[in-house]
Amino acid sequence: MISLTRALFGSAALSLIALSPALAQTNITFFYPVQVGGPLTAVVDGYVADFQAQNPDIKVEAVYSGSYTDTTTRALTAARSGTPPTVAVLLATDIYTLIDSGVVEPVDTWIKTDADNTWVDGFMPAYLASARVDGNLWAVPFQRSTAVMYYNKEAYKAAGLDPETPPKTWDEMVEYGKALTTRDAAGNVTQWGLGIPGSSNAVHWMFGALVAQNKGKLSNEDGLYTFFDTPEVIGALQYFVDLSTKHGIHPPGVQEWGTTPSDFLEGRLAMAWHTTGNLGNIRTNAKFDFGVAPYPGNPDPASVLGGGNLYIFEGASDEEKAAAFEFIKFLTSDELLADWGIQTGYVAPRDGSWETQAMKDYVADVPQAEVARRQIAVSVPEISTFEGQRINEVLNAAIQSALTGQATAEAAMQGAQAEAERILSAYR
Amino acid sequence: MKHLSLKLIALNLTAWTLAALWILPLVYAVWTAVHPPEYAATFDLFAPLTLDNFVRVWNSVPFDRYFINTVMLVLFVVISQFIVCTLAAYAFAVFPFRGSEWLFMAVLVQMMVMPEVLLVRNYATISSMGLVDTIPAIALPYLASAFGIFLFRQAFKSVPKELDEAARMEGAGPMQVLWRVYVPLAKPTYLAYGLVMVAYHWNNFLWPLIITNSVTTRPITVGLQVFSTVEQGIDWPTITAATLLSVAPLLIAFLIFQRQFVQSFMRSGIR
Amino acid sequence: MMTRNAKVGLLLLAPAAVLLVAFTFYPTVATLIDSFYSTPRGRRPSEFIGADHFRTMMADPIFRIAMINNMIYAAVIIPGSMGLALAMALLVNARIGGRALVRLAFFTPTILPMIAVANIWMFFYAPDYGLIDQFLGLFGMGGNNWLGQPGTALWALIVITIWKLAGFFMIFYLAALQQIPPSLIEAATLEGASPSQRLRRVILPLLMPTTLFILINAVIEAFRLVDHVIALTRGGPNNSTQLLLHYIYQVAFSYWDTGYAAALSVALLLVLALIALVQFGVLDKRIHYR
Repeated sequence: MISLTRALFGSAALSLIALSPALAQTNITFFYPVQVGGPLTAVVDGYVADFQAQNPDIKVEAVYSGSYTDTTTRALTAARSGTPPTVAVLLATDIYTLIDSGVVEPVDTWIKTDADNTWVDGFMPAYLASARVDGNLWAVPFQRSTAVMYYNKEAYKAAGLDPETPPKTWDEMVEYGKALTTRDAAGNVTQWGLGIPGSSNAVHWMFGALVAQNKGKLSNEDGLYTFFDTPEVIGALQYFVDLSTKHGIHPPGVQEWGTTPSDFLEGRLAMAWHTTGNLGNIRTNAKFDFGVAPYPGNPDPASVLGGGNLYIFEGASDEEKAAAFEFIKFLTSDELLADWGIQTGYVAPRDGSWETQAMKDYVADVPQAEVARRQIAVSVPEISTFEGQRINEVLNAAIQSALTGQATAEAAMQGAQAEAERILSAYR
Repeated sequence: MKHLSLKLIALNLTAWTLAALWILPLVYAVWTAVHPPEYAATFDLFAPLTLDNFVRVWNSVPFDRYFINTVMLVLFVVISQFIVCTLAAYAFAVFPFRGSEWLFMAVLVQMMVMPEVLLVRNYATISSMGLVDTIPAIALPYLASAFGIFLFRQAFKSVPKELDEAARMEGAGPMQVLWRVYVPLAKPTYLAYGLVMVAYHWNNFLWPLIITNSVTTRPITVGLQVFSTVEQGIDWPTITAATLLSVAPLLIAFLIFQRQFVQSFMRSGIR
Repeated sequence: MMTRNAKVGLLLLAPAAVLLVAFTFYPTVATLIDSFYSTPRGRRPSEFIGADHFRTMMADPIFRIAMINNMIYAAVIIPGSMGLALAMALLVNARIGGRALVRLAFFTPTILPMIAVANIWMFFYAPDYGLIDQFLGLFGMGGNNWLGQPGTALWALIVITIWKLAGFFMIFYLAALQQIPPSLIEAATLEGASPSQRLRRVILPLLMPTTLFILINAVIEAFRLVDHVIALTRGGPNNSTQLLLHYIYQVAFSYWDTGYAAALSVALLLVLALIALVQFGVLDKRIHYR
């Protein structure tokens, strides 16, 4: 019997040995979240191959790990068990959670040469700001985005609207939405004017844009305070709720983030709020002429920054971290970020990328791609706090309770603020 | 008689309606997967057929690797469970001693306190053993299966004592008796239990989701979920194609062996 | 002095015992202990905090919702899937045409992974252009956001679960039905028992051991199966599909509050223990196991 037990655990050990990497090179693992429905894993694999050709002593294992939330969970889980990835693309807003967990290392430890400094200075300040905490640079901007509005130009024409002038204010958006919402003889809605995702993985981000448009903010810079019960935030939620209940231009209940692009492509939604990261998908699959518009405002337009940064994890050897830093620099060169932006629709976070010939050609061909970049000037960082995922869940549930008519906007936000206070007070 | 046949028609109708309803989601998935994206939500009998969705999925996801991982996992689990549970069931059925009934009750606790309930603590255990992200780590919490011990004990108890004694008279030791008498007679139970466990572990998701984080260990369920939860939204034909690909091996095996599968249940006396 | 039986028996039990201790008994006890300690965070180590987690839990609205949801979920799924399974088994056991095909249709969902099933149903439930809404739209009842409304989301998940489980349980009932000697049914018929009387007086009592076996399995699934919650709703909207195990998963692996997750696990263990007591205590007396 003893030999049996040993056999059981022995086979476990054997497979461990089989799985452990060869020792000749510096090995780094790279966790990343992108859509793989298209050929994007192949793109990433191509980058990795190019990098390895240039750096034969470094071997990169690129692991596609699901959505942002999943990737963060996975990276944190792996870090706690002592097997963290060396580099990972995680949400920019996870920065406080990652620092608090003590699993990431500041990137500026590795910035030594003038060339390195020039490289850092090449990032757009708005994106760099989201990677700095307490004077340290904790992450490197990579696949950044802003939220934009996709709209169906053919639906605009059918409704007698000018397809080249999308709405600029909240009131106009309601007006447009009413013109675009159509019903069949039985009274079923055949096309909704507008869809804003409200599902658990995304609504805090979308809502951040509405709040910014209403001149409010969700959290402060050090991630310790939230402002959910301010009039600006409650007003933004009230507008969100009214879109469906008062104006009847938005599907009732919670619009699912994942299905929103196909809803738009199926013609169920005439205008849809989503990430610029979706441009590639929409462009390939839209059977109609579509436009990309910057967000409206009340009255000044505003959007929200989003997307992922590259983080280096603690726990690796210095050689591995140095290799990881080289890989990060490779991934964030002007040319590569331009290419990644063209392939996906993400916003290249370096001005230099927009000066490359490839990008210029692309923008000439797909003018929609530049909307996101122009919008950066009026974009605010997304909500980012300690215990980020938990605070986001609190906010999401509160927004959903208002959207589904279970609570008033005011009551929902006051409840969420009280809960957020309780959670964050431990960190002050 | 006329009355009876009317009843039979009603019975047939109920059965067939229910069956059609039951299989509809799968049929719908197949429909979506073999048509180009623009037909995903539009029903057109003459829509062009295509296998592009499958080709695209196969090329963008390491499904082959996921399948190998899953097969390795399932083999490891089922073989280990057979060994561990057989030995324990043999002890309970053939070598009762003072307190063994209490021990059996203790084993049954595992039925209700399933590994999923303890996943936080089990994660810590596996982590301290340094086994995170390995295939044995996915399997370990499930190996001492109370369900298996219970079933095998039932099967062994129904083996006639005379056969056991006859084998002993010929000088066979306890292990030889187990191997020559009990295991062969419990074959249907092994088959039925084995099939249920293959399906269970092929389909298991939450624990593997937590304990794996690389392509080299991920079973197919986790691979499918990682593929389906995308930041940029869902492409129905691709998702359904991936879904069908991931269930295909088990589905095909089941279609081929379904008669044997059902009959093994009948014979195993699981009831 | 140990008897020979005890020596051989204990040797045979050793592997199972080691595994059970490592992955069932030790973690149960450790979870209980963990639930009295705070979660270590960054520079602050874990410390004894008494029943603080349990006080938090009592005041935690999400825990309350998860508990209520899980009770509804279990209370519908267990009888729902078992009743359907029995009906299916009786249908397939009757003289109908194409039995093998019907049986196949019922059983197929069982062998599909829940996570795959969730993907298929997500499309089914899609508002407006999903199959269900397209169908209802014909009668002017479209526009339902099944997974996006708190009133329907949990029920949408319940339907999926029952769809998946009923066929599995049917197989057990079918096996049991076919082992009922036909002579018993004939005797009842000769005595003038109607079909419904035969069902209630002869068949159901004979199926009792199977029913208990299925019941245990159904209870386990009702608390174990959260794969579709992860794939479809992540507990939303507004926690209306939050189930206990999913909440534990979220607290432990998204929020990394392992201490509180341990306390939640203790709550789930208590619920399971309570159900087990009822099952083995009340039901076992009425059923003769072989």
